[in-house]
Amino acid sequence: MALQSLDIKQRSATTTPSTQVRQTVEIAKLIDVSACIGCKACQVACSEWNDIRDEVGNCHGVYDNPMDLSAKSWTVMRYTEVEQNNKLEWLIRKDGCMHCSDPGCLKACPAPGAIIQYSNGIVDFHQENCIGCGYCVTGCPFNVPRISKEDSKAYKCSLCSDRVAVNQAPACAKACPTGAIQFGSKEDMKDYAAKRVEDLKERGYDQAGLYDPQGVGGTHVMYVLHHADKPNLYAGLPENPSISPLVSLWKGFAKPLATLALAGVALGSLFHYVTKGPNEVSKEIEDEIEREDKEEAK
Amino acid sequence: MIRDPKDLKRYEPQERANHWVVGISFILLALSGLAFFHPAFFPLTQLFGGPTWARIIHPYLGVLMAVSFLAIFIRFKHLNKMTPADKEWLAKAKNMVDGNDHDMPEQGKYNGGQKVMFWALAVCMLLMTVSGLAIWRAWFGFDITVVRLGAVVHAAAGAVMIALIMVHVYAAIWVKGTIRAMWYGTVTRAWAKQHHRGWYRQVTGK
Repeated sequence: MALQSLDIKQRSATTTPSTQVRQTVEIAKLIDVSACIGCKACQVACSEWNDIRDEVGNCHGVYDNPMDLSAKSWTVMRYTEVEQNNKLEWLIRKDGCMHCSDPGCLKACPAPGAIIQYSNGIVDFHQENCIGCGYCVTGCPFNVPRISKEDSKAYKCSLCSDRVAVNQAPACAKACPTGAIQFGSKEDMKDYAAKRVEDLKERGYDQAGLYDPQGVGGTHVMYVLHHADKPNLYAGLPENPSISPLVSLWKGFAKPLATLALAGVALGSLFHYVTKGPNEVSKEIEDEIEREDKEEAK
Repeated sequence: MIRDPKDLKRYEPQERANHWVVGISFILLALSGLAFFHPAFFPLTQLFGGPTWARIIHPYLGVLMAVSFLAIFIRFKHLNKMTPADKEWLAKAKNMVDGNDHDMPEQGKYNGGQKVMFWALAVCMLLMTVSGLAIWRAWFGFDITVVRLGAVVHAAAGAVMIALIMVHVYAAIWVKGTIRAMWYGTVTRAWAKQHHRGWYRQVTGK
């Protein structure tokens, strides 16, 4: 998406503050897994609103279709059959970008302005600045960004930043027939989730809870899970996601230090030269060789 | 035209050509690599026709450098074996840096410092090649942990390698009469006698 708003919290590969005088309300999408019926209306609405049409794939004998996120499928339903409390449970999770407060993709991105985090919390890819290196994939703790085979740009859910900018709910939330996808301020979504969790607990799901992982500073897509103690049950939702220490090392304090060290080597060389002088061939040895030549000539 | 026919041949034409293929690919790799290393260097991508082109070209240049470095490594490996005299030289390296090279031990074609440089660059080159392939998404799709480790190793080894090459280039500028060896292959006898007396005696028989 092009810049929809100048209310920017962070911008990739940018070391000075972005425009952030205005404060907007922090928003969130709440996905109530317990209310999802797996109809895929959200997938269709996403492709409809964002004008993306993925290849028609093959049936793999399961409900998942497509089987994975792609540059043209920014959200997919993931279906898992598990046995909990001696009962078969069919867990359906709408997967896609979590819009982390501390986004690993943005941290890893080397292209200025290719990834933007708005002050409302949305993490948006600006493909016109994307160089296609795939560092966002390396940085993401949720394995969400996908590089397009057609244009080598990275794509993912934008949380319909264009709709949100004009006070509309994301297309998926608008299309959901059961109200499993709620959208509003993050505070309101947490309140709503608390009521849902209470209800689930009354119905015997003792471990029901909100998935808003603090390892990435909280997310702007949250889940209500009936088994919040075992997020892994939901098609491998990470239990305690955070930016990999390798990525933090790679993109953290080491690089400015290394840059200073390189400048130090360059300046050190210059000042070595001007303080110690060049290492020239001594006159003495030159004379020796000249003498030898004369002797040989005799 | 040869100024002095008694100048000593230090490098063959194909050795020099090999060196400059490595050198040119290194400079292009360092400039494009730094652009992705830290935002402060990002404008360097403009030297390559823009950031996307820099991203596309960089790994192919890396392949060129890996192959040409391997060739130069094979050419010079046998001349870079560490000897006790090299260790002695290294122990006294501080005197050398201070500009006092009178009581340095006699050195063959390469001194201890040059040999350390040779092996350090070889290790960096190996790390750069392996980690570079690990993060080359246009052709490979390794496990995410491998890619993350590759990214760290590639950035770290790259920074070390740039520092090493700065020292390599500066040493050539500092020691007068050196650079011509890589331009047209010869050095003066006086240069050889002062800096590499063992090699001087070996090639002149004196």
